[in-house]
Amino acid sequence: MSTDVTRAPAAVQPKAPAGRRTPSGGDSARSTAKWIYLGIGLVLALVPFIWMVSGSFRSEADLFKNPASLFPTSITLHGYIGVWQQLPFLRLLVNSFVFAGVTTALTILFDSMCAYALARLRFKGRNIAFILVLASLMVPFQVTLIPVFIELFHFGWLNTYQGLIIPRATSAFGIFLFRQFFIDIPPELDEAARLDGASHWRIYWQVILPLAKPAIATVAVLNGMNLWNDLLWPLVVSTSNTMQTLPAGLTLFGGNHVTDHAILLAGAVISLVPIAVAFFFAQKYFVAGVAQTGLK
Amino acid sequence: MTSEITGTAPSRVTRGGAVPPASAESPARRRRRRPRIAPWLFMAPSAIILGVFVLFPIVRSLYYSFFDWTVGASTQPFVGFGNYIKLFHDSQFWNALRVTLEYTVVSVVLLLVLGFITALLLQGESLANRIVRSVFFFPTIVSLVTIGMVWKFLLDPSIGLVDGLAATLGLPSVAWLTSVHLALPTVIFVGVWKSTGFAMILFIAGLKGVPQERYEASNLDGAGRWQTIWSITLPSIRPTLLFTSLILTIQSFQVFDLVYVMTGGGPLYATDSLVNLLYRDGFVNFQTGYASAISWVLFAIIMIISLLQLRLFRYNDVD
Repeated sequence: MSTDVTRAPAAVQPKAPAGRRTPSGGDSARSTAKWIYLGIGLVLALVPFIWMVSGSFRSEADLFKNPASLFPTSITLHGYIGVWQQLPFLRLLVNSFVFAGVTTALTILFDSMCAYALARLRFKGRNIAFILVLASLMVPFQVTLIPVFIELFHFGWLNTYQGLIIPRATSAFGIFLFRQFFIDIPPELDEAARLDGASHWRIYWQVILPLAKPAIATVAVLNGMNLWNDLLWPLVVSTSNTMQTLPAGLTLFGGNHVTDHAILLAGAVISLVPIAVAFFFAQKYFVAGVAQTGLK
Repeated sequence: MTSEITGTAPSRVTRGGAVPPASAESPARRRRRRPRIAPWLFMAPSAIILGVFVLFPIVRSLYYSFFDWTVGASTQPFVGFGNYIKLFHDSQFWNALRVTLEYTVVSVVLLLVLGFITALLLQGESLANRIVRSVFFFPTIVSLVTIGMVWKFLLDPSIGLVDGLAATLGLPSVAWLTSVHLALPTVIFVGVWKSTGFAMILFIAGLKGVPQERYEASNLDGAGRWQTIWSITLPSIRPTLLFTSLILTIQSFQVFDLVYVMTGGGPLYATDSLVNLLYRDGFVNFQTGYASAISWVLFAIIMIISLLQLRLFRYNDVD
């Protein structure tokens, strides 16, 4: 551990002047303390991911022989090959994409439609409807898990895509977020459209929704991320191997069938890639989305 | 024009096999004649899903909790508060409650402190700050399964980097996840490791909202750095502090994925959290009624803690 610590500040040193530019100014001792703290943090944040990626390219023998090493002595692809051979990996990957992708698309559509009514239409029962949305936001997911499982059993929806997707195809949080966003859009916009004879659907689809791109991006990123990463829901709905998503599949196989670490690490790396790529391109929406909610 | 609009929407939907909202279009055309239907049509998909899969199940769950409901049993006898009384005498439940409370208290305190310090250090918009912030934030978006797995391997006595480095330094190997005493602290460490960047982002958002004049005034008064943080920064970000601690508490109280992946609740139930217990009773042992009672206790405790936190922070506000 202590080797990490000493290595850290050195690696970060070049950036130190930038730190000193903070408004409070301050002496170099404080700046050093700051970058030692951040250096330790950086090492702690980065090393597990570096080790994970490098481990996925290492042989089992290398892992056991050189546990102190962060990097492979020789690179092997057997982890990545094994993941396709020993797990129904393609199926898991497809399931994850279908589950996260389709559910997110539906959530955006349904949530924005619902929010359009709640934010921009006047009707009797609007407040009650909104209170019900807030109520469903407050109750922990675990409370509904068992009854929903039993419902899905009666519908014959266990181990099906519709069972995975439809119960999650709307989120109270998304409705809430869209509503806040729609409320701030000036009412003159749709009044003008209404005078021109546009229908509600058309106002929603062609006036309001195009203005809501930041809200769409936030809900898309947040929802997609949560669904892609979710364990408990797919674990409960999909009891058969062929309907599981990556997190559920990796956990179950990690526990039962696969003993080779590189294979599991390779699976984990592959499951990480889409999220990492999305994060790279849409950082501000990840940050904005997460800042506005908890993760679940 | 209208057909062009409908052309895109339903096709996106039928892929998921959902009820196509095509109905939302035709009534919308009829809107001018029957304006009262439109809002309900717009809300229909969400309302049906929330009704069937959230609101009704909440009621249902409460109902189950009063029955000795076992999946597959021929009769499901009504037991009144029997499940709750049984819970009260169940050492497994008290253990899970203690584990969950320990996990929550320790991680929330650590996350608040570390998140706040990190946010203070990285609130500036320099390139270096933004890069470091992204690195710290990254674990937040990675699944708990991946994180749990990687740390489980990192801490593994025979292949893990941690013990490997310890051995190089001549330090003894430590049973991080298989020791009754160390397993929970280790899981807490990994949880904190994952969420520090999350707390940091919330605090940075809060710090941005503090009016600059307050700092200037405090500078003029000759307040030191710590004094400024204590008497200006912290009181100014009280809403953020409340929001962050609430979110973190609710999240920590529902800890499941990490435990499930890293220890499975062991060794000897040392990391058996409430949701882990709920999962085991509900989906492994199929004791639906009992598990439902656990979920309601979970809900009640989360509500109580949330109210306490609201109270606590409001109380300070009056000072």
